[in-house]
Amino acid sequence: MNAFATELLLWVKGPGFTIAVIILMLGLSIRLMEIFGMKAPDKLVYSQSNRQSGSGVQTIFRRFLIPKGMLSRAPGIYLAGILFHIGYAVVFFLFEPHIALLNNLTGLNWQGLPNSVIDFVAVMTLFSMIVVLVCRMGRRAMRFLSDLEDYLVWLLTFLPLLTGFVAFRHVLLPYTWALALHLLSVELLMIAIPFTKLMHTVTAFSSRWYNGDIYSRKGVMS
Amino acid sequence: MFGTTKLIKALEEKGVTRRDVLKFCAITASVMSLPAGSVRAMARALEKAQRPSVVWLSFQECTGCTESLTRSHAPTVESLILQSISLDYHHTLQAAAGEAAEAARLEAMKAHHGKYILVVDGAIPLGNPGFSTIAGIDNLSMLKETAKGAAAVIAVGSCAAFGGLPMAQPNPTGSVGVSEVVTDKPVINIPGCPPIPQVIVGLLAYFLTFGKIPELDHLNRPKAWYGETIHDRCYRRPFYDQGLFAETFDDEGAKKGWCLYKLGCRGPTTYNACATLKWNGGVSFPIQSGHGCLGCSEPKFWDGGGFYQTVATPFRPTGRIIAITAVGAAAVGFGVIAANHALKNRAHKAHEPVTVDDLE
Amino acid sequence: MSASFTRAINVLREQVDASVASFFSACTHCGLCSEACLFYTETGDPNYIPIYKLEPFRHLYEQDFTLAGRVKHIFGLSPELTDVALAQWSELVYDSCTLCGRCAMVCPVGNNPGAMVRKLREGMSVAGYAPDSLVDATQRNVHLGSAMGVSYKTLKAQLIHLETDIGLTVPVDVQGADYMLLLSSMEIVQFPEFISAVTRIFHQAGVSWTISSTAFEASNSGIQIGASDIAQQIVERTIKGAQALGVKTVITPECGHSYTALRWEGPTLMGKPLPFKVRHILEVVDQLHQQGRIHFDPNTKDTRPLTYHDPCQIARQGGVIEAPRRLLNAVASDFREMAAHGKMNWCCGGGGGVSAIERADPLRSTVFKKKKQQIEEVGVHTVVSACSNCRMMLEQGIEDNSMDVEVISLTELVADHLVSVEQTVRDVA
Repeated sequence: MNAFATELLLWVKGPGFTIAVIILMLGLSIRLMEIFGMKAPDKLVYSQSNRQSGSGVQTIFRRFLIPKGMLSRAPGIYLAGILFHIGYAVVFFLFEPHIALLNNLTGLNWQGLPNSVIDFVAVMTLFSMIVVLVCRMGRRAMRFLSDLEDYLVWLLTFLPLLTGFVAFRHVLLPYTWALALHLLSVELLMIAIPFTKLMHTVTAFSSRWYNGDIYSRKGVMS
Repeated sequence: MFGTTKLIKALEEKGVTRRDVLKFCAITASVMSLPAGSVRAMARALEKAQRPSVVWLSFQECTGCTESLTRSHAPTVESLILQSISLDYHHTLQAAAGEAAEAARLEAMKAHHGKYILVVDGAIPLGNPGFSTIAGIDNLSMLKETAKGAAAVIAVGSCAAFGGLPMAQPNPTGSVGVSEVVTDKPVINIPGCPPIPQVIVGLLAYFLTFGKIPELDHLNRPKAWYGETIHDRCYRRPFYDQGLFAETFDDEGAKKGWCLYKLGCRGPTTYNACATLKWNGGVSFPIQSGHGCLGCSEPKFWDGGGFYQTVATPFRPTGRIIAITAVGAAAVGFGVIAANHALKNRAHKAHEPVTVDDLE
Repeated sequence: MSASFTRAINVLREQVDASVASFFSACTHCGLCSEACLFYTETGDPNYIPIYKLEPFRHLYEQDFTLAGRVKHIFGLSPELTDVALAQWSELVYDSCTLCGRCAMVCPVGNNPGAMVRKLREGMSVAGYAPDSLVDATQRNVHLGSAMGVSYKTLKAQLIHLETDIGLTVPVDVQGADYMLLLSSMEIVQFPEFISAVTRIFHQAGVSWTISSTAFEASNSGIQIGASDIAQQIVERTIKGAQALGVKTVITPECGHSYTALRWEGPTLMGKPLPFKVRHILEVVDQLHQQGRIHFDPNTKDTRPLTYHDPCQIARQGGVIEAPRRLLNAVASDFREMAAHGKMNWCCGGGGGVSAIERADPLRSTVFKKKKQQIEEVGVHTVVSACSNCRMMLEQGIEDNSMDVEVISLTELVADHLVSVEQTVRDVA
């Protein structure tokens, strides 16, 4: 029976999703234990501090902003990078069908945005991600640092957005295909998280905290 | 019952006028996007058509398809056309029973060899042949035998087309659809649970008019009726586009007729004509009466997850799988922690104080 | 595998902690740290991207402390970290990083590459890949007590000299003094005016202070070369000296790294809290000013347009950012802030021991362009700073570039504007 799209959709909804969840859970737990099971940074430095507590939390938030004087040095990567992260979060968390899905899986529910807004944000995010890629290939430092993993992770991040957009707009592919490929690409992304730099979705927060904690003890709001 | 009466005459006897026939032809032609001239052609063809001989086999099925195709609140042209065909074998409808019924089938197959239309509803079990038999003949043998001399095979309903309910996991009887068995001639799938009556009759009308099978999609469904999704033609679609959804079956959104996506509507992945032809003579269809589409005309629709979870919602991994994964993660994780600490301790123990002489 | 390489790997393993693991796993290769590093911005050489300078350390971390790395290692899928790789990285880890920490201020994921270069130097030094001149300085620091080989005899001579100049006595080895002042060799040899300035300020404020004849040296080459055991030895001398005199607070002078070495690294190096407080001289002077214990004549403010160069270890890495500005505004009327200042200042190019690395001279001279541009932007001919190493670097750069700029010490500037209360009252009358 030539019902491959349906078969694929069923597979990604069933075994595919289970496999992705298992690998994500297993990988993420091991990585987090591996990282935070290490010895904590030395705290004796605090003994000379004037401050009772650090402000790691402040740094977690402050690092969402562009440090003074840096925007003009790298406008493309800053603007596209920020827009793409915000856009990704908005599309993921505030698109009604996603909320319905998360609601079905977790029981939580919240208000989403009208689809016209999501559509705009998705286009903006797709565009931003292309700018990010152009920067990666065009900016000297970024190109120098980039290895295969960087490009692979870009692709794995881009595909869910692209297939989601195709499904949402009902263009290019029949919806069943688009939905199946969308879920498949999300599962590939889930699997990649623990084993690639996508770990920064978690460790960016701990890193900012470590950074902010040590600097704030010295009286510098980093 | 095996007469060669003209089809149109049989209709006239039931009180159907030429105007009614023309109207039916016009609607069918429009749905199938046929050129304007084909309405008359179709009407003429129906006028001339011999009552075609139809052999109808029912296997693993619930008779819902037959119910759908034969029962209507008012006698419609479709139902009458159906009644007017030379239905030479249909073990639910025919008067004859037992050996006489089987004899009728064999006779029709012989008399109309190469010309009769074989309609199948129900899936075919490939497991134990005894799972489903008619007059002592197992479904697989009967299908193979009957399909041999058929001009065309029409699989009516999702069970015949794709295996349907009998094939739903864990598929205890090893059921399959018709096209898994009949591979040497075209099988036209008219899936649905049940399919829309207009569609099967429209298909017959087309077949009688043009003497050929209409254009089919990759699942062998006539594109004319299965070319677009319910979602694409749904009158509630604007609400989806605006992001207005009913959250429960009795909230404000539901009362205002908002989109039923969040309540599990399968409209986006379901190819059928429900949203345009509708049911019960064009009165309504599931979404119009406030319930999401179940996707009944799609392959494996029983196995696609809870009907009230969105079409995209993956199946939640079982608690057992989650628990095993968590235990595994903890075991490996603590192992890694222990190994890392051991390595650091070894490094610490091996540390000899660094002096300036070591720097050179 | 050579013994020194094995030791280096061991030492590096000791350096790995949760923050290092978090940092390495968070890097997205965005390259923005490069835009914060003057070695990259002024040369455009991608080898100088801060996170790239850490490649050997990242390699070791992944190979030894991640499951994926261990598995890869077992199956021979990833090359092992080699002695050659460490040797190749010597220039990147020493010559092109001043440990200024500016990269840590901009990293979007919050990484602290500067701190990790400091850690990587621990392994590099043991492996024998620290630059020769830095090794020499460290040996002098340990054997002679001072990186520049300055003995107490030299200091004593300078003290006698300046005591006659200013007519005040510099207290040495005073038991039970509140404060003990440390001095960098550079101040003793090149900028003894600093000692005079502190003496005058403390005299007016009536501060109980002293210099220790056994522990006057502030410099700690151990933290620059990255040898904690040696750094600990040097900190221990300071502790002994301070404890012998029973002082409550130790003041580090106008020297960047010695402040970091004692106040922030000291407790970690010793493995226990220090038996005294550590304060930078600017913090102490600012406090005296705020307490009204020293006075400046508001009518004779310095009217020269001037700017302040934040020494990295004192500002960004030390948190002494507001104090110098309060003092400057109290004594000068045309203080102009550079666009990037405070925690975002640009390094002079010679911190973190780089000024002592001879082979790095051409590179250092190249990257001075940044400071030159900054000074020209604010349009001043006077740059104030609070680190003698920065002063040396600035003066050298200014000379190399034939700029008409004078570099002065903030403590000295403050001392020059002291007036006694009696004098103020008399002037008003």
